[in-house]
Amino acid sequence: MTIFYILFLFMLVAAIIAVETKKLLGSVICIGAIGFGVSLMFLFLRAPDIAITQIVVEILGLIILIRATIARDLTFISGDREFFGVVVSVVIVLVIFLAGVHIFETLPEFGTPIFAETTGSASQTYISEGFQKTGAANIVSAVILDFRAYDTLGETTILFTSILGATVLLRKKSRKLLGEVDA
Amino acid sequence: MLYALCFLMFTIGLYCTVVKKNMVKIVIGIVIMEYAVNLFLIMLGYRIGGVAPIVVEGHVLGNFVDSSVDPLPQALVLTAIVISLGSLALIISICVRTYEKYGTFDITQIRRLKG
Amino acid sequence: MSGMTIIVKTICNWVKVLILLFGLYIILFGHATPGGGFAGGVILAGTYVLIMLAFGREAVEKNLSPSLAGKLLSVGAASFGLIALAGFLFGRDKFLWNFIYQKWPDFKFLGGGTIDLAEFAIGLVVTMSLYLVIFTISVYCRDFKCRDKQCDIPVKEREQN
Repeated sequence: MTIFYILFLFMLVAAIIAVETKKLLGSVICIGAIGFGVSLMFLFLRAPDIAITQIVVEILGLIILIRATIARDLTFISGDREFFGVVVSVVIVLVIFLAGVHIFETLPEFGTPIFAETTGSASQTYISEGFQKTGAANIVSAVILDFRAYDTLGETTILFTSILGATVLLRKKSRKLLGEVDA
Repeated sequence: MLYALCFLMFTIGLYCTVVKKNMVKIVIGIVIMEYAVNLFLIMLGYRIGGVAPIVVEGHVLGNFVDSSVDPLPQALVLTAIVISLGSLALIISICVRTYEKYGTFDITQIRRLKG
Repeated sequence: MSGMTIIVKTICNWVKVLILLFGLYIILFGHATPGGGFAGGVILAGTYVLIMLAFGREAVEKNLSPSLAGKLLSVGAASFGLIALAGFLFGRDKFLWNFIYQKWPDFKFLGGGTIDLAEFAIGLVVTMSLYLVIFTISVYCRDFKCRDKQCDIPVKEREQN
């Protein structure tokens, strides 16, 4: 249990540094620190599938972020928005935090999942009958590709569409057209 | 207590998204919020002393049902992580295009976006 | 211009095969061990990114051109749809039905019926899409840096134009 608190301390310190530091590159590197902390946390929470995926996705995301920001630290932007807007935003964020913390007291204690107490829940069916019904020993694979394969179909569509959007935004032809209009 | 720490991380990301005026900082706030939500969903299914939801040979099935962690949030978060990488690429490409057009990451300097 | 020093290139030559094998292993045994199409696909994309960083962009463009990557991405997405539709063909009206395991449970291709085939399709989609987006961002940033040094105008003057 103490390992969770230590990892959370690490991640919170990294998050505060990532938010408050002046240089963009340092901020991006702190995001990498948070991602590896989250990956370790997944490993200790008995979710090895997600730990593998998180640690690899983190590396590729860091490459994308660094590639986009490394040459662009020319205009040095610091400080926040206007004073009044900042005060209002901070007050709203604080109110959300104070209201939300009370909601977490109604949840069951950490370490006692909800699905174990309700009889006939979906997760119990997946665990007890997943191996006989699909032949896959990894229950997470059985869930994402057999029981809930519609989710995966939608996920593939979203990934395809977002990559298509990024490619269209960055290709040469549209850039040339816009550049001429801008100059 | 651990849930509250998770929510504190979400709040830090929300603060960064709302207050900062650098465009990349806003993206970083969104990424921090994604991590916090993924972590919270996985923590909901954790069982103290549980095992990973993988059937090993020689397992007694009734024992496995009583000791496994929840596989359902893990399956949902697995898709969410990969989608977040795709959306990160899309957001970053929009930021890069905006930088090329306006010459800055500062959202208060982008005049034509100001309403 | 292309690539890094000879030390990095030599190490990369040795390591890239191992990383490719590891990614394929994770996709193949996703039904029994941790992993699956998502994680293995991202690892395979990481191999191409490693080659791109070490040898320069031309080396990887020779192996896998972006147009071919786009076609393979479409093939992966379409094959996942065909696997989903094959449930209609072999069974009653069921979309996304695990028909191999339900009809012939003794037939062990790898163990999981259509789960393995679907994992291959998803791995192909994830690999090609991530490779394509990182390649595009890399091309874009290279061109952009050259232009930025040429017109080194401050922001305020640029806005007045």
